[in-house]
Parts: sequence; C-alpha cells; structure tokens
Amino acid sequence: MTSPRIPQNFERPFARRGLLKGMGAAAAFATVPGALAACSSSKSSGSSGGNAGSATSPVTFGSNYSDASPKAAFAALCAAATAAGGPKVTINTVDHNTFQNNITSYLQGTPDDLFTWFAGYRMQYFAAQGLALPLDDVWAKIGGNFSASVKTLSTGLDGHQYFVPIYNYPWVVFYNKSHFAQKGYTVPTTWDDFITLCKKMKSDGIVPLAFADKDGWPALGTFDILNMRINGYDYHQKLMKHQVPWTDQGVTAVFDKWAELMPYMQTGANGRIWQDAAKTLEQKQAGMMFQGTNQVAAQYVSDNANLDDLDFFPYPAINPTYGQDYMDAPTDGFMISKKAKNPAGAKAILEYIGTAAAESAFLKTDQWDVGVATGLQAPSYDAIQKKSVTAISSCKAVAQFMDRDADPAMATAMISIIQKFIDDPSTGNITSLQNSAEQQAKAIYTS
Amino acid sequence: MTDQELNPAAAAAPRAPRRRRVGRLSGRDKAVVAVLLGLPILLDLAFIWGPALATVGLSFTKWNGVGGLSTKICQPNVPSILNNGCLYGVQNYHQAATIYPEFWPAVRHNLIWLAVFVFFATPLGMFFAVLIDRGIKGSRMYQSILFLPVMLSLALVGIIWEFMYSQNYGLINTVIGHNHNGNAIDWLGNPKLNLWSVLIEASWRQAGYVMVLYLAGLKAVDPQLREAALMDGTNAWQTFWKVVFPVMRPINIVVMVVTVIESLRAFDLVYITNKGINGLELLSVLVTSNIVGETQRVGFGSALGVILLIISLVPICTFLYLTFRRETQPKGAR
Repeated sequence: MTSPRIPQNFERPFARRGLLKGMGAAAAFATVPGALAACSSSKSSGSSGGNAGSATSPVTFGSNYSDASPKAAFAALCAAATAAGGPKVTINTVDHNTFQNNITSYLQGTPDDLFTWFAGYRMQYFAAQGLALPLDDVWAKIGGNFSASVKTLSTGLDGHQYFVPIYNYPWVVFYNKSHFAQKGYTVPTTWDDFITLCKKMKSDGIVPLAFADKDGWPALGTFDILNMRINGYDYHQKLMKHQVPWTDQGVTAVFDKWAELMPYMQTGANGRIWQDAAKTLEQKQAGMMFQGTNQVAAQYVSDNANLDDLDFFPYPAINPTYGQDYMDAPTDGFMISKKAKNPAGAKAILEYIGTAAAESAFLKTDQWDVGVATGLQAPSYDAIQKKSVTAISSCKAVAQFMDRDADPAMATAMISIIQKFIDDPSTGNITSLQNSAEQQAKAIYTS
Repeated sequence: MTDQELNPAAAAAPRAPRRRRVGRLSGRDKAVVAVLLGLPILLDLAFIWGPALATVGLSFTKWNGVGGLSTKICQPNVPSILNNGCLYGVQNYHQAATIYPEFWPAVRHNLIWLAVFVFFATPLGMFFAVLIDRGIKGSRMYQSILFLPVMLSLALVGIIWEFMYSQNYGLINTVIGHNHNGNAIDWLGNPKLNLWSVLIEASWRQAGYVMVLYLAGLKAVDPQLREAALMDGTNAWQTFWKVVFPVMRPINIVVMVVTVIESLRAFDLVYITNKGINGLELLSVLVTSNIVGETQRVGFGSALGVILLIISLVPICTFLYLTFRRETQPKGAR
C-alpha cells in the first residue's frame, strides 16, 4: 500500500499544488495569529467534550492515503469497521504531502474525528501540544493484540496512548538470491564479514551497495542503523531527543564506520534517486542495497522485476553488545483529534482497526508492508512479508526513522549534513559537521 | 516687493488649476475614483503589506504554529516545545547568519543566479530576438522552438531536464559515454556542478522569455530609423547599438526588471530537483522549508523572508525611481 512508497517527510513524487496549498495555509497563518489564538483557547472546551458523541452516529476520517491502491484498501477497512458494528465513516482524502504539510493548521482548525498519522516522536509532538485525544480506553480493549514495543510506539510523552498502528516495514539489506548463489557469496552477519564481502564484490566488478540520496532522506536510514548497531537503541532515542549532543564520541564512531564503508557504496549518491539505485540492484550491477521493503520491494513490483529472487538480511552486527537487536521499522496508523465531534464513534472504529483481522484485510493487496498485531501472518503475505514479520519480531526494539524519532527540523538539518558527509567523508569534515549539527540542534531543541 | 507680489501668484498658479479640476468632478465621479483607487489600495494593504508586516513581526518571535502568540520573552535553555509563541528578539537573524549552514550559500546562490541571468540568459535572449528580427531563413520555426520552453511550467522544465541529467539513465551521460558507475558525471548531485546544471535549465527557459519580449519591442521600432541608419552607412552592429538599442529603452527596462524578478523568485527548479539542498540552496527555498511542513519554525522562516524582502526592495526601488524620474523629467523640462 502506498503512502508507503514515500513514507517520510521528504517524499519524491511531489505535488506542486499541494505545496502551494501548504504555502497558502502558512501565509494565512502568518496573517492571523489572533485567529489562531482564538482556536487554541477553545481547546479547554474541546477536552471537556472528550467523551461526548455516540458510538453509532457517523464519524469523519481525514486520510492521507491518496494513492489509488492504499485509498481503496483504506475505504474497504472503514467499510469493514462499519460492518463490524461501528458507526458510518466519511473519508476525506487529501494528497499525503499536503496533508502532512498542513497538519498543524488542520488539527487546530476543524479536523476530522480520526486522522492518519505516524508513530514515534512525530505523534508525541502533536499529542504533547494537546492536539490529540488520549486513547487509553481503546488500548484497554486492543492492548492484547499488540506487543509491549508496539504499545510504547503508541504512547505519548505523558504516558498515555494516542495512536493505533496498522502496518510497518523493515529497513534491511536487500540482495538477489540468484546473484549470491551464482557468485558464491554468503550472507554476512558481522561487520568484518560484511566488509570482506564488499571487497569481494568490488573485485568482481560489482557495486557492493547500491546507494542513492538525492531526496535526502534515504541516507538517514544508514545513519540510524549504524548508530543502533554501534551505540544501541537507547542512545539513538536520546540522540534524536537531543539528550546526547551531536558532538558526542558515539556519533563520531558512527561517521567513522560509515567512512570505512563509503568506498563500497555507489558513488554520486547525492544525485541519484533511490528508484534508480534499486534498478541497479534489479539489474545485478549492484550486489546489495540497504533500504526499506516499502521502497525496494515496491520498486521491484512496479518495474516488473523478479520479486521472487529478492531477499534480505538484517544489517550485520558491529558492537557485540547490541548484535542485530534493533532496526528502523516505521509504523503508520491512526489518531483521534482533540477537537473530534464524535470521539465515542471514532474510538469504536479504532477498536475494530486494532485487530489482526482488520490488519490482514487491509494488507490483502499489499506486497511489502506487514501488519503489527502480534504474530500476524496474513494469508496474502509473500516471502518478503513473511520474512519481514520474523525480522521485526526478533528485534528487541524498533526505531521509527530519524524524521519520525527526532524533531523534523533536526532531520532536515541532518539531511544537509549527511549529504555533505557523503561528498567528503574525511575526519576533518566529520568534526566540523558534528559541530554544525550540535549548534543547529541547540537552536532547534532548546533555545 | 515685486518678488512678494509675484511669489504668491507663482505658488498659487500650479495649485489653482488642480483644485479647480477636483472641484469640477461630480459626486459620482468622486465615488468612482474612490472605488477605483480605494479598492486596489485596500487589496494591496490586505494581501501584500499586511502579510509582509506580519512577517516582519513574526520574525522577532519563536513560534511553531501551534497555539497563540504571547508578549512574553523566550527563556533561554528551555525545551522549545515549552518556549513557544514568545518574543525572541533578533535571535532568528543572528542564528541565520551564524549557525544556519544553508544561509550564506543561499545568498551566494541567489547572487550567482542573478548574475547568470543578467550576463548570460538575458543577453542570449536578446541576441536570439535580434537574429530572428533580421528575418533569417526559417525564423518562424526558430522562434517557435525557442519559445517552447516558456510555455512549460518551471516544475515541468525541472522534470524534463532530470531525464537529461540522470547519472545512469540520462541522455547527456549516455551520449558522452559517462553512464557507468565508475565514471558517471553527477550533474545534479555534485554540489560543485548542480547549480550550474540547474542554471542551464533556467536559462533555457529565460532566454526564450526574453526573446519574445524583445522581439515585440523590435517589431515596434520604426523601420525608417534603420533605413536612415543604413543610408548613413552604418553596419548591423552599429545600427543596433547606436540606433535601435537606445530607442528601445522602455523595453530594455522591462526586460531588466523581468530578469531581476525571475532570478529572485527562483524556486521551482531547485525545489523539483532536490528540494533546494546540497548545493542548490536559495533564500526562497529556505523560507519555504522552514515555514511549510509538519513542525514549523515560523519565526525563523519569517526572518529569512524579511531578508529576501530587503534584497528584493533594492531592484524594486531602483525600478520605481527610474520609472518616476522618467515621467517627471519631461514635465520639469517643459
């Protein structure tokens, strides 16, 4: 399904109209701070009405699932929720780019009862500012369907749940099975094996790792995984919240390891879109590629490449303390806005959506995302999806992605810094880039 | 004494007819004038000066767009989520100039953009116009071909050129045989190259635009002037520079203004190429990337907007000065 194909903040197929709308909203914003103040003052009345509405009167659902196939799947999901005894749902679909850019004004204006969103800090940020409704009572009913880590992902900074997930997908290293078999390569599990394999591929005239970062966000994934392999999940979370400075030794270690890998990554990444990098993997010009299933497997499908030949392995271990315990597995799902007119009805819908049955129905036509309910193996799953479930569930914790775990302004700053690192991965440049990151982090997070 | 007698008359003379003219207007005329003048002024205030002044105001605050603005001063070293909608002094400007790594490159790129338009794209367009105006063979066809890019939106221009510049699959690298992973030229990703690559895209369109404007001007030049110049024995070069070019002063000013405006509002091409990062930073993009989006830095983005406004005011004021001087000068001379 595909808000999927472009799940982050920095998506590619971009809608100019969407941007203009966003700018219009921003301009409208800029001119009427007074009107906004008026909006926010109604917050208190909104919260007192938090339990109003009825479980049977209709609800509205603001959706960013604007591509054809996820849009259809989403409509089916809402219809199934109604059929299961929930209220009638009216879906208001908005182009996903526009939806995300306008979220602040949307939630402060007249939002729909329910809206599509993302787990992690990206959810907590809006929850903490009183724009979302706590869903503790929903979680009391659906909690048994999910693991503790999924519940943590759905929990705000204040300890209440604000989010009901629907699917996620893992960031892993992809390769073509036939290619590995033909050349006699084996799947590496440690850093040394990984580097040895890269060297071998390079001497065989193959690009070891297909790599693209023209859109800025794909390389954030490489930073995330190296950080979690070297410093662990807790460190990742602290760094994303700026509880650890960007000048820290741990960050230096990440960049140093990356610099070690750089000779084996496809050159000119800053000018290549990830779709083109995936094509070099399809054509076996490249041996491996590190990215989400939501991009690589989806690209195989849209290029009519041999999806059956595609396989993946989790990123090799670097620090034995953390092994292969963590990965990025961005999760999408749903929230209820604080200003919802019918919170009771909206909660009834989420109680249905938070079940394995609802998830597997939603994923019927999807070939790369996986449901998040415990042990869900939907009948429609292909090999990649089956393996994704195992890979994600064998992790001790999953991160969301830099632009979902950190303040997006910081993710934007890191996009530029990492592109500069790709241009010049020298030690001197790493130091100056870390200093720049820290200065910007201070401005973004604390001052 | 005589001076005093003359002076009041001299001073009153220019004023008197004006007063009489206003006096002659009927009530209905006055209403029409009020509506025709008042409406644009109101719209101008509401949609241009209002937001502009609001932007200036917002540039002294720290605000993420959630909740209202207050008049309390931002506290140092507090998580930004608790420090919202407060007065931030000139900190936004200070941060832009000191720790925001994109700022100075953006200013530099804006200036390079302006320079390339002024010294390359616009002269090229003028050159095309002069060539076509001379009635060379197939001039209509050339005219259509050169004008074609102007009919495309800049976003589309960006997409078209991406097919040309793509590293592994692009036309340019394929034709010159540099499309392999070892030797591919990274036209749009290499920060030393990509600004120039994009400027070629921009010039491709700008030259056609200027050509059309200039061609219209050239057609309006009285052919007798050229004939006269020809009779006096000038060559083509002299005819253009000594006769045609000076006659076209109004068009020249329009072309110059269009050039400056087009280069300051540059945005679409770099945004479609890579959202204005990695060597393609422009002030307009920085404003957008800070204000549009999920978590907004409205204050910081506004500060950047104000800086762009100040830069834009320079050519605008120059243009207004030139225009009004031109209108008042002849009257003064008479």
